[in-house]
Amino acid sequence: MLVDILQLTLYGIVLGSIIALGAIGVSLTFGILGFANFSHGDLMTSGAYIAFTVYTLLALPLWLAFPAGMLGAMAVALAIDWAFYSRLRRSKGLILLISSFGAALIIRSLVQIVWGPDNQVYEPGIQMAVRFGEDIVGSPGLRIKPDQVRILIGAAVLVSAVHVFLRYTRMGKAMRAMADNPDLARLTGIDTKRVIVWTWVIGAGLAGAAGVFLGLDTRLHPDMGWFILLPIFAATILGGIGRPYGAIAGGLVIGIAQELSTLQIPPDYEPLVNPAYKPAVAFAIMVLMLILRPTGLFSGRST
Amino acid sequence: MELAGLISYLIFFLTFVGIYGLLALGLNSQWGYTGMLNLGIAAFFAVGAYTTAIVTTAPTDLHAGGLDLPFPIGMAAAMVTSGLLALGIGLITVNLRADYLAIASIGIAEIVRLVLKNATEVTNGVRGLPSIPRPLTDLWPGYGEALYLLIVLLLVVVVYLASERAYRAPWGRVLRAIREREPAARAMGKNATLFRLQAFVFGASIMGLGGAAYAHFVGFISPEAFDPLFATFLVWVMLIVGGSGNNRGALIGAAVVWLIWTLTETAVQQLPENMVTQAAALRTLLIGLFLQAVLILRPRGILPERPPTEVAPPAK
Repeated sequence: MLVDILQLTLYGIVLGSIIALGAIGVSLTFGILGFANFSHGDLMTSGAYIAFTVYTLLALPLWLAFPAGMLGAMAVALAIDWAFYSRLRRSKGLILLISSFGAALIIRSLVQIVWGPDNQVYEPGIQMAVRFGEDIVGSPGLRIKPDQVRILIGAAVLVSAVHVFLRYTRMGKAMRAMADNPDLARLTGIDTKRVIVWTWVIGAGLAGAAGVFLGLDTRLHPDMGWFILLPIFAATILGGIGRPYGAIAGGLVIGIAQELSTLQIPPDYEPLVNPAYKPAVAFAIMVLMLILRPTGLFSGRST
Repeated sequence: MELAGLISYLIFFLTFVGIYGLLALGLNSQWGYTGMLNLGIAAFFAVGAYTTAIVTTAPTDLHAGGLDLPFPIGMAAAMVTSGLLALGIGLITVNLRADYLAIASIGIAEIVRLVLKNATEVTNGVRGLPSIPRPLTDLWPGYGEALYLLIVLLLVVVVYLASERAYRAPWGRVLRAIREREPAARAMGKNATLFRLQAFVFGASIMGLGGAAYAHFVGFISPEAFDPLFATFLVWVMLIVGGSGNNRGALIGAAVVWLIWTLTETAVQQLPENMVTQAAALRTLLIGLFLQAVLILRPRGILPERPPTEVAPPAK
């Protein structure tokens, strides 16, 4: 029983770190540019596929293909910002949201045109899980795949890098100021255009990374990013919009909750929530949050 | 023969324009009048279609219902269930920023999709609901489709007149006030929450009616038909292209965009056969680019909103 809970929590942390990487970007763009970016999931997809091409076509090692995925997603985001969003910034924020919904479909259909509608994997075959911790948590111990370890390490490194960037660089401070209060930030002479570019670089870079991780954990599919968008939004709202640190916590909570929802108590009973309804768990948490505390868990704290 | 084919194609085309026109009118009262961003049109559309199917099909073991009731009852039930769904989601989100409503509404659409796929006892899952009766087919054999087109057009006219009346009424004026400047509307003593909720439920039940009209037309529904692309995105493109806030614009948008959508289908059929899956994506790409172009170049649409003016315009 305890082993099951710990195992699912571990899987939840893996899923949660992927969601968190996405949610940081959504939270930043929402806070700084003022709209919920519905194309964020598809930015993830684009990063995953670009890394896939570099990995398989150029036969580069995955750790080299991975930054290509991040760069690719950045390029896609900046291109979309240039082509569409930058021309709409004077209109109301909601028009940008509608535009991003259209951009989501544009990216997804491009992915489908270039890479086809079928599933792809980075590495064919099933990876053997490693067992560990039998002496601490009891038999049969916990299982984790080497890829999942890579995801956890990668996410930790990226989150630390973002933390350093937001905390200690001038641009990071400017971004936090914009997310906190855009008008006040403008008044202090912050160069909004540069901040916007950096927002996309950070947000889409993390999205590209999250896309590669998601592809590594499951498989690549043109809809992969769209389907994870709802948990990402849930994590963003949970953490409080414009709060990148809140988004990390929100991502982990949503990821763990989704995995734990399939817990079977006692072990051979039906799972708590039918796995088919797993995405609904994120939604339920989000709705609860919207009722109880719509500003998010971390709204009171300025990070 | 050629002419008969053309006429039957035209009937098919116009019926779809009518169904999408209903969806666009529903969205107009939410987005156009009130500024509420509903990205979960698919949910209300699907709930309406499934409700009428369950109410009007002959008794069956495949799915719940099979009540064999006449189609007006099915349509009324469709409006009620989709309205109730909107009431539930609206109570939670109408008072939050519009972005939250947008997020919550795609959530609802996703959950409805999951339920349709997995609650097999009720919906027959991915296999879908067959043999939904088309009304009046026995009345004039061979011309069932034409008669059904008349029913759809009648629904469109009724909904159009009702929406137009609502828009010009004090009710619509309050909605516009809330959209433009909510604090001012509240300061005038208007209960913005209640008005928003009413507009959201009103629009959603029209979408439910559109779903019912669709179900009786195609006769078979499955979760696939309520893909966000067809059921949500196209409707948004129609309203934006036609002119948000303008009911005639919504209908013109439905016709124009459905025409373009149909033409792109013909166009991509010219592509070689091994590109069939790519062709579908190409159509989506084109309609997505079209939306962006309209948003940038003509954001107010073909027929921009024209609120009634109380005072005569000043003479030149």
